[in-house]
Amino acid sequence: MDLARHWRLKDQRYRLEGTVCAECGAKFFPPRQVCTECKSTNLKPHEFAGRGELYSFTTVSAPPSGHEEFVPYIVGMVKLDEGPLVEAQITDVNPADVKIGQRVEMVTRKLRAYGDDGVIVYGYKFRPIVNGS
Amino acid sequence: MSVMKPKRDVGIIGYGAYVPRFRIRAEEIARVWGGADEGVPIEEKAVPGLDEDTVTMSIEAARNALARAGIQPKQLRAVWVGSESHPYAVKPSSTIVAEAIGAAGRANHDSPLLAADWEFACKAGTEALQAAIALVGSGMADYAMAIGMDTAQGRPGDALEYTAGAGGAAYIVGPAENSLAYFEGSYSYVTDTPDFFRREHQHYPQHGNRFTGEPAYFDHTLHAARGLMDELGYQPSDFAYAIFHQPNVKFPQTAARKLGFAPEQIAPGLLAGKIGNTYSGAAMLGATAVLDIAKPGDRILLCSFGSGAGSDAFSWVVTDKILERRGRAPKTAWYVARREVIDYALYARYRGKLVMN
Ligand SMILES: [Zn+2]
Repeated sequence: MDLARHWRLKDQRYRLEGTVCAECGAKFFPPRQVCTECKSTNLKPHEFAGRGELYSFTTVSAPPSGHEEFVPYIVGMVKLDEGPLVEAQITDVNPADVKIGQRVEMVTRKLRAYGDDGVIVYGYKFRPIVNGS
Repeated sequence: MSVMKPKRDVGIIGYGAYVPRFRIRAEEIARVWGGADEGVPIEEKAVPGLDEDTVTMSIEAARNALARAGIQPKQLRAVWVGSESHPYAVKPSSTIVAEAIGAAGRANHDSPLLAADWEFACKAGTEALQAAIALVGSGMADYAMAIGMDTAQGRPGDALEYTAGAGGAAYIVGPAENSLAYFEGSYSYVTDTPDFFRREHQHYPQHGNRFTGEPAYFDHTLHAARGLMDELGYQPSDFAYAIFHQPNVKFPQTAARKLGFAPEQIAPGLLAGKIGNTYSGAAMLGATAVLDIAKPGDRILLCSFGSGAGSDAFSWVVTDKILERRGRAPKTAWYVARREVIDYALYARYRGKLVMN
């Protein structure tokens, strides 16, 4: 349980905060310090809107350590509307109803807990967009 | 006047609901445990998913409230979360919620922020709402957020297990001139009543069975609601809607009848039959369901109850700003209708009732 690492990652995990290149406008998530398009080091924080399209996905039944309690769960690659591709869990949907190309939105959920006495890690997942009316 | 009201006029400028998508039918709980001879107190209740807790549910409700309010998160000066199911015994839920919605974070002299967790059984959220009214009403802040949210647990087989649900709501209080419902006054009433309690380190609460009715729920609810109406000079007929704390369906119906409210005045805000008792969320979530359908000019009575015990009663009047704002986030009825029914085995897993090691 690396508390400092979890703490440093909270801006990107809670609010999809990446970076935008002040020279050419390229956007990055996770955040980068050097622009891959124009090599500029003038990058500013950028909060992504949290919407995109499901690019691919898989159902995980043999999870890495620390995620056993959540199986089976879906991990997908989400293409954000601003461009970057993000790996994240897909939640609030049954595996049979997940479709490539589906519109998804960011939600904040529990990623894992370190036992009964350790820290709880929260962060982004994606779910099919709700219209809510 | 003993009605409580700040010198500066305030109101609700945004609100947001959240109910998790899983449901367990009361008859399924009865199938496992029996004891439904007298009938079950609700139809079904909402159950959070494995990746949900009071923090994540509060975050979604808070984002919905911000969307409706149309303000920037850094304009908030308080994020207060009322709950009896905070994930940590020590470490505030409210700072996690505040960071996730963008109200907190990165030292910035332009945006001081208060955050704290409130506890008073099911009254924790409305107590936070009272404080938000006072904070904005005093001029210390222009905007403050109060959340009531719970993922309540009952001991397996206990009567509470039929009703202990999950859900809640977030409210942003701001200046009355920017409100979708302005505040007319509140009346609070508390006594030392040991109707329901949970000691430190205990997983499930204890309750006084029949004792929970007359001296606890009804005495406090009726006293606060009558106090508010007397002080403001209103009759039940002056209100379009009333929302009461709803540990089941019958209690709020009985309280409404004793106070003189008609069934149609309480029906839109009575959600317990479909999602269970959402504790700190219950009355506040009933009120979001009402705001979703209310017309400008409608007067709304909101009256909570928390064991231990006490009630907060509020009077609100809806403004025409409701019309442009309520469509900006999912409606309460949408969350209630979104449902995935699970059996007792999945329920036991989702609620951590299985001991794995
Ligand atoms: Zn660049």
